[in-house]
Amino acid sequence: MSAYQYMIAPFVEFEFMRRALVGAFALGLGGAPVGVFLMLRRMSLTGDAMAHAILPGAAVGFLFAGLNLFAMTAGGIAAGVTVAVGAGLIARSTGLKEDASLAAFYLVSLALGVLIVSLKGSNIDLLHVLFGTVLALDNATLILIASIATVSLLALALIWRPLVLECVDPNFLRSVSRSGAPTHLIFLALMVLNLVGGFHALGTLLAVGIMMLPAAAARFWVRELTAMIVLAILLAVVSGYAGLLLSYHSGAAAGPAIILVAGILYAGSVVLGPIGGLKRHFVPARHLEA
Amino acid sequence: MTAALEFRNLTLGYDRHPAVHHLSGKVPEGALLAVVGPNGAGKSTLLKGIVGALDPLTGEIDRNGAKKEAIAYLPQLAEIDRSFPINVYDLVAMGLWRKAGLFGGIGRQDRRSIEQAISAVGLDGFEARTIGTLSGGQMQRALFARLLLQDARLILLDEPFAAMDENTIADLSDLIGRWHGERRTIVTVLHDLDYVRAHIPEALLLAREAVAWGRTGDVLTSENLKKARRMCEVFHAGAPVCEETA
Repeated sequence: MSAYQYMIAPFVEFEFMRRALVGAFALGLGGAPVGVFLMLRRMSLTGDAMAHAILPGAAVGFLFAGLNLFAMTAGGIAAGVTVAVGAGLIARSTGLKEDASLAAFYLVSLALGVLIVSLKGSNIDLLHVLFGTVLALDNATLILIASIATVSLLALALIWRPLVLECVDPNFLRSVSRSGAPTHLIFLALMVLNLVGGFHALGTLLAVGIMMLPAAAARFWVRELTAMIVLAILLAVVSGYAGLLLSYHSGAAAGPAIILVAGILYAGSVVLGPIGGLKRHFVPARHLEA
Repeated sequence: MTAALEFRNLTLGYDRHPAVHHLSGKVPEGALLAVVGPNGAGKSTLLKGIVGALDPLTGEIDRNGAKKEAIAYLPQLAEIDRSFPINVYDLVAMGLWRKAGLFGGIGRQDRRSIEQAISAVGLDGFEARTIGTLSGGQMQRALFARLLLQDARLILLDEPFAAMDENTIADLSDLIGRWHGERRTIVTVLHDLDYVRAHIPEALLLAREAVAWGRTGDVLTSENLKKARRMCEVFHAGAPVCEETA
């Protein structure tokens, strides 16, 4: 089998593969930069918790309208925003730390979501919600995912300065501007939007993977923020492409294959990455003169 | 002489517990004032209040019409995330916030001022280094470069010399002296009392309340210092509501 047949032909021959590829690219483009900031703000697990929190909202949409794009998206966004704000409020007004209250929220959400879906739908529907259907993206879903990627990149460009400052030196930001709180809220909204977009393709359990794994991997290769974001997007896009190929040739489920490739890239980075990677740790190079 | 800052019965705190309690007084324009006192005396809280990052529980701060952006603030080094992947150049460039704001461009003139500021603190050649690779002293120099760019009439420094070596202290001291010569108002939190006695003309000894405020020699007496230490040891969770007004 030639390289063309192996690597390109599946996308030329099958429309559903092309659609899946476009969807995966758009997800990586919007999600990876958000993932980098989540990682740098030590909010990686927040992203994970939020991905679960979206489920009951989407499930309520499913309960009323079946597998309807609009209903499930609106429900997911509503649930995501509620949990993000709710967990923040509980953390602020009680002694409970934000991570603990998020954990409480997402466990309840996950149970509630699965319960609601199982009330009306079959196990197939449940699998659809939990793991997505990247090989069955219709036009409307593709447009939604692409719009979310566009909005994310534009919004990140607009809030770039205060977002960076809020991470590095929040007291300084507070001293020159009041944009800290709105910036944080916009950022949380971007996270929810990207998770909802990822939810349609990869499902609620894996959506966060395409955000966090490329971000975490990129950190092992480059030191600077811009480079880190570009590399994370690249890794996400490569994961999407290679994961789809892997799934096509092996017959494995496409969503998990994409995340698995991202996971392999992450593992490779942990071992080989020049910045803090294990190889440097176990095979020390001789020290430099200065 | 006009006051750059005036506190009127100012109480600042967290969750109803006062960290600065009923403080009144004026900082004249062009003053170089050291804020000294034990740990937990409210020194950093006072700076956060002045810069507007913390709203007063009661009382007020008169900044003589100075806008938030016209105040340059050096936070404590420990409060900065030095693992964040940003380089020295970009960190220093944040000093242009007042001019550039959220979206404003940074032109050739601005780039020259950034380079000059980096050069003035002795960090030539460090522009592209990420802040995680800097030593504590180099990081503090970078933050001073940011202050230089802010070009503010009122400068607030929170422990600028904490854990700095002699060389760094001498260089940063020179910068503070230069600002003082330009008649800027400087309020700085310091722990090294010998340094304050030698270099800072005025001092405020804080122990939640002002223990003494005036010429450094009159403020830093052993009696005042002993009193300040005693006053800081009385915090407790079940404190009653404060009835004092003015």
